[in-house]
Amino acid sequence: MKKRRLKAAWDWFDDRIGFSECMMPYIAHTVPRDARWWYVFGSATLTAFIVQVATGICLAMAYVPGGDEAYESLRYITEEAQFGSLVRGMHAYGASAMVTLVVIHLMQVYLHATYKYPRELNWMTGVVLFFVVLGMAFTGQLLRWDANGVWSVFVATEMASRTPYIGPMISHFLLGGETVGGSTLTRFFAYHVFIMPGIIFAGVGLHLFLLFRHGVSEMPDPNQPVDPATYKEQYEKRLKETGVPFWPNAMWRDVVFSTLVVGIIVGCAAIFGPPALDASPDPASIHADPMPDWYFWWYFAVLSLLPPSYELWFILGVPIFGFLVLFCLPLFSNKGHRAPSKRPWAVGIIVAALASFVVLTIYGYREPWSPDFGVEELPTNVIGAEEGPVFEGGKLVHSKGCMYCHDINGYGGHRGPDLSNIGQQLTREDLIIRINNGGYNMPSFASSLNSEELSKIVDFLMTRIEDKGGSSKN
Amino acid sequence: MNQTPSDKQCCKETEDRRSFQVRLSMFLSGVIGALIVLPGVGFVLAPIFKKTKQKWRTLGRVDDYQEGATVLVSFEDPSPEKWAGVTAKTAAWLRRVDKEKFIAFSINCRHLGCPVRWVEGPELFMCPCHGGVYYKDGTVAGGPPPEPLDRYQVRVRDGNVEIHTAAVPLTTTLTFDES
Repeated sequence: MKKRRLKAAWDWFDDRIGFSECMMPYIAHTVPRDARWWYVFGSATLTAFIVQVATGICLAMAYVPGGDEAYESLRYITEEAQFGSLVRGMHAYGASAMVTLVVIHLMQVYLHATYKYPRELNWMTGVVLFFVVLGMAFTGQLLRWDANGVWSVFVATEMASRTPYIGPMISHFLLGGETVGGSTLTRFFAYHVFIMPGIIFAGVGLHLFLLFRHGVSEMPDPNQPVDPATYKEQYEKRLKETGVPFWPNAMWRDVVFSTLVVGIIVGCAAIFGPPALDASPDPASIHADPMPDWYFWWYFAVLSLLPPSYELWFILGVPIFGFLVLFCLPLFSNKGHRAPSKRPWAVGIIVAALASFVVLTIYGYREPWSPDFGVEELPTNVIGAEEGPVFEGGKLVHSKGCMYCHDINGYGGHRGPDLSNIGQQLTREDLIIRINNGGYNMPSFASSLNSEELSKIVDFLMTRIEDKGGSSKN
Repeated sequence: MNQTPSDKQCCKETEDRRSFQVRLSMFLSGVIGALIVLPGVGFVLAPIFKKTKQKWRTLGRVDDYQEGATVLVSFEDPSPEKWAGVTAKTAAWLRRVDKEKFIAFSINCRHLGCPVRWVEGPELFMCPCHGGVYYKDGTVAGGPPPEPLDRYQVRVRDGNVEIHTAAVPLTTTLTFDES
């Protein structure tokens, strides 16, 4: 009885709103049988976005986008508010998940050349969405508005200012003035909370509409190159013969994978908590060590390793040229083979991109180009003397900053060459010339060392001879 | 069918009218769009064209600064918003060269704007981001920075050291500005 009433109520609602009539054909549209686990990354990206919207709205209920208040309100969310740490953690890990998944989705689509006819616009809307997601990631880390967040604004501003002619205008637009101040954070807040999510909503809508319009692509087959003249007809024919309804035959995999994604996001948030806040956003506090979130470490590394003369091309070229190349890709290549086995260049590009990403990310994390400000003094047993010029020289290499950049027996930074065996590599005279005059990337120390100090440092350095079986801390 | 000429007349008229209606609606939609968007565009772009009137800010007594020493000073932006909080502050490295002369360096590295630190022992400014290094006079000693550290104007008035506020120093490539 109760059941029948419920059914009657649903029928009434369904008739008026048209779920079975208008929505079901989409949900249950025929998809290729072989669309299996390869295809779960797009829907998982959308799931991660839903996590971001839900947690983001919650955070916005307590977050205050103001000079001092932003940092204080985040501390409140993290340390005091019920579930605050969990929600902020979900937003942070959700961001990582979304960036990771959107990249995997993009690589999969590229590898399978799904961007070819008739799905060119699917790809192009996807590329726009990809860049907006990166923009969300960047503005999101900035909204933490700790020291790192404030200095991220400076870095963004400086990068924008390299644009020829209109650079300073873009910078002042970003800052909302000529310096970081009260009008800066509110602007980034509006980008992160209104403008970019708006573009994502619209973009995802269009992206999904195009997905339904052109159908889910088949797994690439080396015997079925895309020919725009016959593709649609053949696709329809094959689909009629072997296709399955999207719901539930294909969609269950998306649901399983999305469950895993959300589980990992919530799990990480609960176990590890949100990323720690850096020092307060006082621009007068210079003891900040600005560092982007992990997904941009590779770019951070690129900016350090490049010769300065190429720099402009990378600062402006990577975002602009990268976007244009990706965006226009299907306009140049929209037919022919889709199978990776027939497209060795595509496979090569993916492998090279992944390898560069991993290597540069490790470099970006280790920052070997940065002076190591926290370097320890050399212990007496490493210096090898307890008094006299060698001992004093061993102290001076620390206090005069040599060790910020040079490694000595496992102590010190990595900006410059290792000095553990320098006593065998350079003569006394060479060392004096080198320290006084500096050299490639090494400052001249002539004005900051007196001759006595210099002589002690050289005395010490001449004792740096590696014995093959020696003990060095590593 | 038995269409009369007057029928045709009517339909032709309707078509004319319809194309007029299309054009009118398109045009008015454009007007509505412009009326809604233009004030907002002006509001959002205004900071680009706003010229801030820079001010002299007092840092402290001349005697507070040792000759030859480089210290961190901070001062307030020329026209801070009431809600700016700590972000209304800017920092500089102030170096007392001799009895009379002071130099104030911007703390922004000329590479990508990170805060450089003064390291006492080797007398160098070092940047924690990409390894930029500068001598005590602000010239580049190593790493990627393309230009020396920017300087603020400093003056001594009535025994006080004063600094002239300025925009964030931007490292530019090609500009309209000839200087």
